[in-house]
Amino acid sequence: MSEIKKNTVREPLFHLAKRSSIHPAAAWGIRLAAVVIGFILCGAAAFAMIEKLQQNPGKIVDFYESFIKGINTSNKSFLENRKLWAFFKETAILLCISLAVTPAFKMRFWNTGAEGQTLMGVLGAIGVAFYLKDSVPGWALLLLMLVGALVCGAVWAVIPALFKAKWNTNETLFTLMMNYVATFLVSYFLVIWVPSGSSSLGKLDIQKLPVIPVSKTSSINDSFLITLIVLILTGLLFVYLKYSKQGYEISVVGESVRTAQYSGINVKKVIIRTMLVSGLLCGVAGYLIGAGLDQSVTTESVGGQGFTAIMVSWLAKFNPLVMILTSALITVLGAGAEQITKTFNVRGALPDVFVGIILFCIIGSEFFINYQIIFRKKAVDGEKEAVK
Amino acid sequence: MKKFAALLMALVLCLSCLPAAMADVADVKLGVILLHDEDSTYDLNFINGVYDAMKVLGLEDDQVVMIRNIDESNDCYEAALELVDDGCNIVFANSFGHESYLLEAAKECPEVQFCHATGTMAHTAGVENFHNAFAAIYEGRYLAGVAAGLKLNELKAEGKLKGEAPLMGYVGAFTYAEVISGYTSFYLGAKSVCPDVTMKVQFTGSWYDEMEEKSAAQALIDAGCDLISQHADSMGAPTACENAGIPNVSYNGSTVKACPNTFIVASRIDWAPYFTYIVNQVAAGQAIDTDWTGTIASGSVVLTDVNEAAAAAGTVEKLAELKAQFEAGTLKVFDTATEGFITVGGAAMEETWAPGAGTDGAFVEGTKIVYDGYFHESEYRSAPYFDATIDGIELTNQKF
Repeated sequence: MSEIKKNTVREPLFHLAKRSSIHPAAAWGIRLAAVVIGFILCGAAAFAMIEKLQQNPGKIVDFYESFIKGINTSNKSFLENRKLWAFFKETAILLCISLAVTPAFKMRFWNTGAEGQTLMGVLGAIGVAFYLKDSVPGWALLLLMLVGALVCGAVWAVIPALFKAKWNTNETLFTLMMNYVATFLVSYFLVIWVPSGSSSLGKLDIQKLPVIPVSKTSSINDSFLITLIVLILTGLLFVYLKYSKQGYEISVVGESVRTAQYSGINVKKVIIRTMLVSGLLCGVAGYLIGAGLDQSVTTESVGGQGFTAIMVSWLAKFNPLVMILTSALITVLGAGAEQITKTFNVRGALPDVFVGIILFCIIGSEFFINYQIIFRKKAVDGEKEAVK
Repeated sequence: MKKFAALLMALVLCLSCLPAAMADVADVKLGVILLHDEDSTYDLNFINGVYDAMKVLGLEDDQVVMIRNIDESNDCYEAALELVDDGCNIVFANSFGHESYLLEAAKECPEVQFCHATGTMAHTAGVENFHNAFAAIYEGRYLAGVAAGLKLNELKAEGKLKGEAPLMGYVGAFTYAEVISGYTSFYLGAKSVCPDVTMKVQFTGSWYDEMEEKSAAQALIDAGCDLISQHADSMGAPTACENAGIPNVSYNGSTVKACPNTFIVASRIDWAPYFTYIVNQVAAGQAIDTDWTGTIASGSVVLTDVNEAAAAAGTVEKLAELKAQFEAGTLKVFDTATEGFITVGGAAMEETWAPGAGTDGAFVEGTKIVYDGYFHESEYRSAPYFDATIDGIELTNQKF
């Protein structure tokens, strides 16, 4: 007893240390473990909250199956599997918006305005369609809609970039506020465009995007096209960020503005140019939503994906190729959540709790990748060493 | 006990409409697409309707699939196809903006019946398996308006009016026929018992915005309104009324729990009769009406219990009397025969009056709507089309 009392400096049970490096396999192991733990936790939460599960615990199988059923129509071949292709398409749209925020994030320009920039893209495309649909041929209209979407998305992104470059305004708040302005602009135009006053524009009678007929089901052909376009964009952005001079400049500005200035990089120009790229990509996303899917616009056209995209990009460490995985993961969880409300007939907000638990575990796992936990060693020798 | 009650209800229904119930509903699978979930009073009203219809029809849990939180976008089209893949032979969607996407799905799946609430396109689309439904909610609102008028008379007799003449306030969502028809019938109900009443309407530009609805109601109260009603889906307006001690006539369901001192009565559409109808029609292999309009008589338009603490004396009796008249078909809401009851710009409504460009969906040009002494609301299409601004109603803000 007396011997222990001598130690005046008591080491805590454990302490944290930043890892200098971690083997990629170990990092992925931790992430995988986090996903598994997340699923176990949300199963427990589901059990606590869903009455049908308490009455019939065997239904827990249905619960977990929902995450597969959400993206898979059973008994359908690959090219006729509607849910699977809807999943590809949802992933692609989310991925496209995530691509858009990535260059700015790499530059440490915290663009929280992808929601508004994409919505402006939709509004631009549909605005062109609304006014010109009777006066130009279908194919030309589709091209003009693309131009409308790109211009609107780009303008919405470049405005805050200009203010940042000129007056060093806070881009996080600025881009966030631009989202609200975009939403109200949509409301404003809906009032003008819908004579009945219901503000519900409905599907416009315009030509759809030309598709590559891979399936007999038209919605699958739409999904195929959108998925293909976004995959190509992903590859292009990866090359742009990794191998182009401009991509390198973005990294340098992100690392240190001073360094960038010292090495002769025009930081203002890089900020504006990068946000232009972001805005254009949001415009593409808006075009795919507006012209490719809805053929209409509402204040909910983007539905919060502009914010989800931030998480997708961040989880992938701003690597466009990894973002394919992270956007797919988030879409799977979302589709699973929707399936759970269907299977168990519960209100829509409940499954969001489960998705939240899983995401929390995944984000939390990054902590254990960056830090290691060192427990107090039992041996007296070890203790001395630690004190030293 | 609940099960017994359900069984009893089912039995009663079976006996009351034997031929329809003879059909086997076991092969029917109903898919329901909802804009939000139970948190919205509008959607909750549909969900309750589905449950009630299930009890009446004796449907199993796996015969009904509900998909919640479906936006008014391509998502609706995809959700509809998903329900078809799941084996549904009826797909129903509940929000106005779902319509064009549901119609698209209907064209693609001709063997499945698609039913849309509040929509306007079925009567002109020419798609056989696409149907619209609504209810003559204007009758319910008229009755609610009568309750409001009686309350104003009582306030007047007690000398508690804020101004010289009774003034009502109304919080509306958007400036289009569904809302206009609603507040006009509410106003006419009040006017039928309280002839000198006028009304101010304020729009919020949203179907669900609690803050906006609350502040609109407050603004109307500040402008001297003696009573408030609303057509939007949150608790905003009722809450503002309870806080200010102003009587409120509600919508979509009773708000008496939250507003025990000010809630008078509420009207709502009961969708259970429609769900029951479509399931029975499909089970029997019979066609569903292109435009189906529920009425007080069919049990589609209902009033909640009157809150005696806030309502004027004799309200219950008066409403029961008028309800019987509606059921008998002797009472018309948009009564153009009584001189001075409905005027637009000081003049009576014209015989040849037809809905203008303001109504949704193409209307057959020159359709006569006003004849036989009343405006024929919801007879040529289930969704309301009365969209005139009549004298006595003032819009405080318009373009929404």
